Amino acid sequence: MINHNAKTLLEVHGLRAAIDGVEILKGVNLTVKTGEVHAIMGVNGSGKSTFAKALAGHPAYKITDGSAIFGGKNLLELQPEARARAGLFLGFQYPVEVPGVANSQFLRLIYNTLQKERGGAEFDPLEFDDLVREKMKLLDMNPDFLDRNVNEGFSGGEKKRNEILQMALLAPKLAILDETDSGLDIDALRVVANGINRLATGENAIVLVTHYQRLLNHVVPDHVHVMQGGRIVKSGGKELALELEARGYEWVNTAASSIPAAANA
Amino acid sequence: MGTTVANTYLESLLAGQSHLSASPLAWLNWLRAEAVDRISSLTVPTTRDEEWRFTDLSPLTKISLQPVPRRVQLPAAEIERYMLPESVARLVFIDGIYAPELSVTETDKGVTVQNLAAVVAHTAALESQLGKHVAFHDNVFAALNTAFLHDGALIIVPHDTVLERPLHLLFIATQSAAIYPRCLLLAGARSAVTLVEDYMTITDNAYLNDAVTEIVVADGARVEHVRVQREAASAFHIASCAVSLARASCYRSVSVTLGARLSRYDLNVTLHADSAECMVDGLTLIGGQQLADTHTCIDHAQPHGVSRQLHKCIAGGASHAVFNGKILVRQDAQLTDSTQSSRNLLLSGRAHADIKPQLEIFADNVKCAHGATVGQLDDEELFYLKSRGMTEDAARNLLTYAFGAEIIDRIPIVSLRQRLEEAVQITVQP
Repeated sequence: MINHNAKTLLEVHGLRAAIDGVEILKGVNLTVKTGEVHAIMGVNGSGKSTFAKALAGHPAYKITDGSAIFGGKNLLELQPEARARAGLFLGFQYPVEVPGVANSQFLRLIYNTLQKERGGAEFDPLEFDDLVREKMKLLDMNPDFLDRNVNEGFSGGEKKRNEILQMALLAPKLAILDETDSGLDIDALRVVANGINRLATGENAIVLVTHYQRLLNHVVPDHVHVMQGGRIVKSGGKELALELEARGYEWVNTAASSIPAAANA
Repeated sequence: MGTTVANTYLESLLAGQSHLSASPLAWLNWLRAEAVDRISSLTVPTTRDEEWRFTDLSPLTKISLQPVPRRVQLPAAEIERYMLPESVARLVFIDGIYAPELSVTETDKGVTVQNLAAVVAHTAALESQLGKHVAFHDNVFAALNTAFLHDGALIIVPHDTVLERPLHLLFIATQSAAIYPRCLLLAGARSAVTLVEDYMTITDNAYLNDAVTEIVVADGARVEHVRVQREAASAFHIASCAVSLARASCYRSVSVTLGARLSRYDLNVTLHADSAECMVDGLTLIGGQQLADTHTCIDHAQPHGVSRQLHKCIAGGASHAVFNGKILVRQDAQLTDSTQSSRNLLLSGRAHADIKPQLEIFADNVKCAHGATVGQLDDEELFYLKSRGMTEDAARNLLTYAFGAEIIDRIPIVSLRQRLEEAVQITVQP
């Protein structure tokens, strides 16, 4: 939903980032306001996942230029944990398995860490159990998820649900969901999309990073951006996603070449 | 004793041996004399000995230690926190000397739990087993322990007796001394018992714990053995344990090494008859300048044996972890099924691990698998946890703890597991 009284949550300007000396992001601009849902689309290797990880502070990506202001703070100066505590959430494309740590223990730990940061009450295991089971209903998750080790042996779909469950618990201001639809079958996609929709409020914002349009049938974006060669080369409304689906990314190539470089600088 | 001891360090250690009062058991006096005699032809191992390649004992040879002349009195309240609420009986040794007022020997199932020196019954069983499993012929520390053998823990579980609650052996060091703990467990046919061997300290002074444990598991019996080494940071801990498995018997052990400046644990499990099983797990968690060396040997002597081994080391600071895991499958041991896994985590660039899986297989129809890894905390795992708001330290602690928890979770005693989990979390703090 686009609200004209919305506050700017994230303002990225001219962001450049490199991994192992190879520049991947070549000047990304993006503004996200409260209440908005954005979709960043693009082919594999266009830089969209790098953008997501760079915003979350992945240490492998070195920021070489540009700025990112999040809720008035210079995001690029913050450690990953400080970004999370400031209200940024990254839903991983490939959620990491953490053997030896029970999911319930992990979820309570991260929940309490953020509660403490926000001055809220920390939950003991019993209180937390009630809370997490409530949130799991939102995602149609089997309670045995809690007893298993974090993501260990989870199917692709289970891992993605576990990401959205974390988002539900942490209630971020801005959630960047990296390829959350990959690995999901049609039913799981609907469940996860429904969960995301219910977590979207007028106070937060969501950035969906995706290759395919199918997630956008369920989570309807206000803005769609096409990324290519490390830059956002085209932005539009939700109809842009449909156009991409119909005409393919090649179409943007030809369209983008007509955009003056200055528009992206 | 008139024996000449060539090695002056060993001579200094043996100085107090002649003051030991003679045992009423003639064979025990002979056993001691035999050990003293053997020591005269042995030397302290050096890093030129293959079995001690990574473990330099020279810091130990710079201090001369003697057994304490008399026991320190400790109020029960002081050791309360080391007790296990689950245990059915407990033997407490302070600096190697039995403390009857802190011990509980009743088990109501006819199980013998007592100190060796008090033994009047079972002396025939004792004579046939004590010192027969940990050979001191080539093991100078076992020989020293045997030379000083006058007391220790004796546990005899009658056949068909199942002891559900664990037996707790608590060894507490209180001062700079040489301590020679000794333990003998005889598990009768089809019996079941859980033994906790627990080495603790209340001193920061340097001392030597030179321990020997022998475990004899009869047909169809089942022994669970938990060993926890939490010695002082300046202490030396050198221990040998031998386990003898009869037909269709089962031995499960979890040994946790946390303490000591220098520690060495030799565990030898022999599957003497067919269809025996063992599960041998270990966790070493060290930091600073610590060195912890674990040598295990699982000897499959007869067919249809099963062995499972998971050994993990977590080394921080400038510490050094050593694991040498030998699996021996003798020619008769057909249809042996054995797996060994060694997983090692280095928390700093200065820590190191020397890992040597050693398989010697002489039977042709067996299933043996082994694997070893040495690594650091995974950057992607750290980033994942940090992206959820955890600090670098908290994330590192959680991952380190999780790595060790896999072993600690195998300890069948809840209170001990919880205490070790806490200890691990404290130890992994930067």
